[in-house]
Order: sequence, then structure tokens, then C-alpha cells
Amino acid sequence: MTTFELDITLRQGSFTLAIASATEARSMALFGPSGSGKTSALEAIAGLRTPQRGRIAIGGRVLFDSTAGVNLPARLRKVGYVPQDVLLFPHLTVRDNVLYGSGAGTGPPFDEVIDLLDLSALLPRGVRTLSGGERQRVALARALQSAPDVLLLDEPLAAVDLRRRRRILEALLRVRDDLAIPLVYVTHTPEEAMTIAEFTLVLESGLLAGVGPSAAVLGTARD
Amino acid sequence: MSPEILEIAVFTVIAAAAATVLMLVPGVAIAWLLARRQFPGKAIVETLVSLPLVMPPVATGLLLLWLLGRRGPIGGLLERAGVEVVFTPAAVVIAMAIMGLPLLVRTARAGFEQVTHRYEQMAETLGAGPWRVFSTVTLPLASRNILAGATLGFSRALGEFGATIVVAGSIPGRTRTLAVGIFSFTEAGQDRSAAILVAISVAIAFAAVLVSNRLAGMRDA
Repeated sequence: MTTFELDITLRQGSFTLAIASATEARSMALFGPSGSGKTSALEAIAGLRTPQRGRIAIGGRVLFDSTAGVNLPARLRKVGYVPQDVLLFPHLTVRDNVLYGSGAGTGPPFDEVIDLLDLSALLPRGVRTLSGGERQRVALARALQSAPDVLLLDEPLAAVDLRRRRRILEALLRVRDDLAIPLVYVTHTPEEAMTIAEFTLVLESGLLAGVGPSAAVLGTARD
Repeated sequence: MSPEILEIAVFTVIAAAAATVLMLVPGVAIAWLLARRQFPGKAIVETLVSLPLVMPPVATGLLLLWLLGRRGPIGGLLERAGVEVVFTPAAVVIAMAIMGLPLLVRTARAGFEQVTHRYEQMAETLGAGPWRVFSTVTLPLASRNILAGATLGFSRALGEFGATIVVAGSIPGRTRTLAVGIFSFTEAGQDRSAAILVAISVAIAFAAVLVSNRLAGMRDA
């Protein structure tokens, strides 16, 4: 179980994200329609956006605290961030992409990650030739190799065909349970949130519209 | 081809290559700063770097002569250290580098501006510090433009005339380059030698621009 403390006030132009929640879970979903602030929240956790005020702590490790003057740079946050557009380094092979963050600490062994995500056949390839699902798995492997304290996943199944979705979901559950890496999972699909996340924050127009165990919150959201 | 002509061609290519090496590190650094950083005096740096493109090259040469001459601020220091620059091959290289620098900076800057900042952010989240982000993500992603810029700078250096003749002269076997040689031979009525140098200049410039264009065009291939 990991404690997710998110208290974020983040203004970007006319949009304001203002959420506050503290949760104990293995995985948490940020659920809501596009434009509700899910990605902004994820980028604030990753250290790519700086909130005007608030506190972000995961597993007791403080990443941002405006009162205490803490704002860890992205490179020290130990987050495995997989953005929606995955951003694989276009000039590197799959292998070099996966290994990019491996200097950061003792992550799960390389072979284990490659097996888990079924990547061994792709390793020598350039990333430009990969399909959406392949790119997603490579990005996930790269994030895992950086020895993250938490994985931040932004709509990881959006560009993946239906056949592959189940396999990636299974891999994510193994990351969560076997590798014991907590997940923050952004999605607008209730089924995904309920499969992956024990706890869900529902966002609407930058505000919290619901908080609680995924089944309870999303069950009512769908009715 | 006479030994003299061959010597001029070889010296010019070597001097232009040395000038390209000399401008590479400061050129890439300035290009990156202009593309990625806001700092006081940015507009002035931008203007200063582009100045050799628009100023008469002879005027740039005179400025260099003043800076590097025995009584100049830099030349004076160098003379005390026993180094003389003006009217030496080193002056040729410096003149070429100053004239080629704007082309390198402009092309490399465009390259840095095309690198999606989010790749750099991605590298940061994977634990990379500023130098690692620059050397493993930014620089490789901008490398085609940097190479294209270096090739353009090299081409410009090859053809440099105005600044070179003022600060280095046209000393046979010492500072005479292709461009300066063409002028000197023509002035002396040696039209055949001048024509051969013109042909060599055309060939080298053609190859350099071809390479530069291919590099710039290959970016999205």
C-alpha cells in the first residue's frame, strides 16, 4: 500500500486545476473527460509543471511542498512517466531507449522487464517502425528501468488495438503486484480504471467530482 | 596543375577546415543559448553574431586587423606572449571562422529550435542531468542541422576574400587562398592560373553546398 497525497492548485491561462486528496492504495486512477485536468495533474507529479501551491507526496516522499519550499526537479523525483504520446527517443534503438534511465538506480532486472513486456524481438529495431502497442510497451519498459518509486501512465491504451489491450493491462497488474510499483493511471474509460486502480479521483473542469474506491465511484458515475 | 596552384588549393581547404573546427564549439554554444535561453543582452548577441553577414567583409577585416594588430587589445596581449597573428596563416583561419560563424549559428539554432522540448523533459524524468540531456538528446536530435551549418560555414570560409586580404594579405605560399589567389592572379594578368582557381573553387563549393543540402533534407527521412 502506498500513500498518495495530492494537494494541487495549478493555474494555466484561464484553466485552474484545484484538487486535494490523500489515499492509501496500490494504484490510483485520475478519471475524467478530456480537458478535465488529468494530464496536468500527472505532469505536476512528474515535476514538469509547477503548481502555484500545494503538496505532492507519494509513499511519504515529498516531491513538492509550497509551504516548506520543496520542489524536487524532475530528474530526482524517481517517477516512471509514460506520457500519452510516449516520446520514445527517435534517434535511439528500442534497446537504448529502454536502457536510457537505467543508470538511475537498481530497477527491476533488464531481462525481467523485457520478458514481462515481451520485447526481446524488438530490441535492435529503431523506434520509428513500431506500432502503437509496441511503442507503449517500450515506453513502459523504459520507465520501469529507471527504478521508479511510482509509475505515471497517461492513457496508456489509447493508441493500442483491442487485442493488445488485455496483454498490456495484465502486464501493468504484474508491475503493480509482482514488482510492487504503485501506479497513477490517467484514463477516461471506467473499465480501465476499475481494472487497474483500487482508488479513483474523478476530475471535472479541474475540480474533484468524486473520490473513493474505483468500483464505488465509477459505478455511480456510469449510472 | 602547377605546384603553386595545388598549394593554394590545399592550403585553402585546410584553413577552411581549421576555421570550421574553431567555430564549432562557440557556434553550437551560441546557437543553443539563442534557441533555448532568455538572458539580458540576447538581442545584442544575436545582432553581433549576424553582423559579419551584412557588413562589408573588408570592414570586418579592418576590425580584425585593429583587434589582432600589435597595438590592438588582443594582438598586444598575444605579442607579449610571443605570438603574432596578423599576416600569418592563423589570421586566415580566424577571418574565415568569423565570416563562417553566422551561417553555422543560424542553421544550428534552427536545429535546436526544432528539437521538441518534451524529449528533454522525458530524459529528465528518467534521471538525466542537464549535461546528459544535452549530450544524449538535444545534440543528437539537432546534429543534422549542426552538420549542415558546419558545412555552410566551411563553404563560406572557402570563399572568404574581403576580411582575409585585409588581415592576412596575399603572401604566396603563406596566406594566399583560392579567393585571394584569383584576385591576385587576375590583377597580375595571369588569367590562366586565375581560371584554374575559379574551376577548383566552383567544384569545392558545389560539393559543400550539395552535402549541406542533403544533410538538411535528410532530417525527416
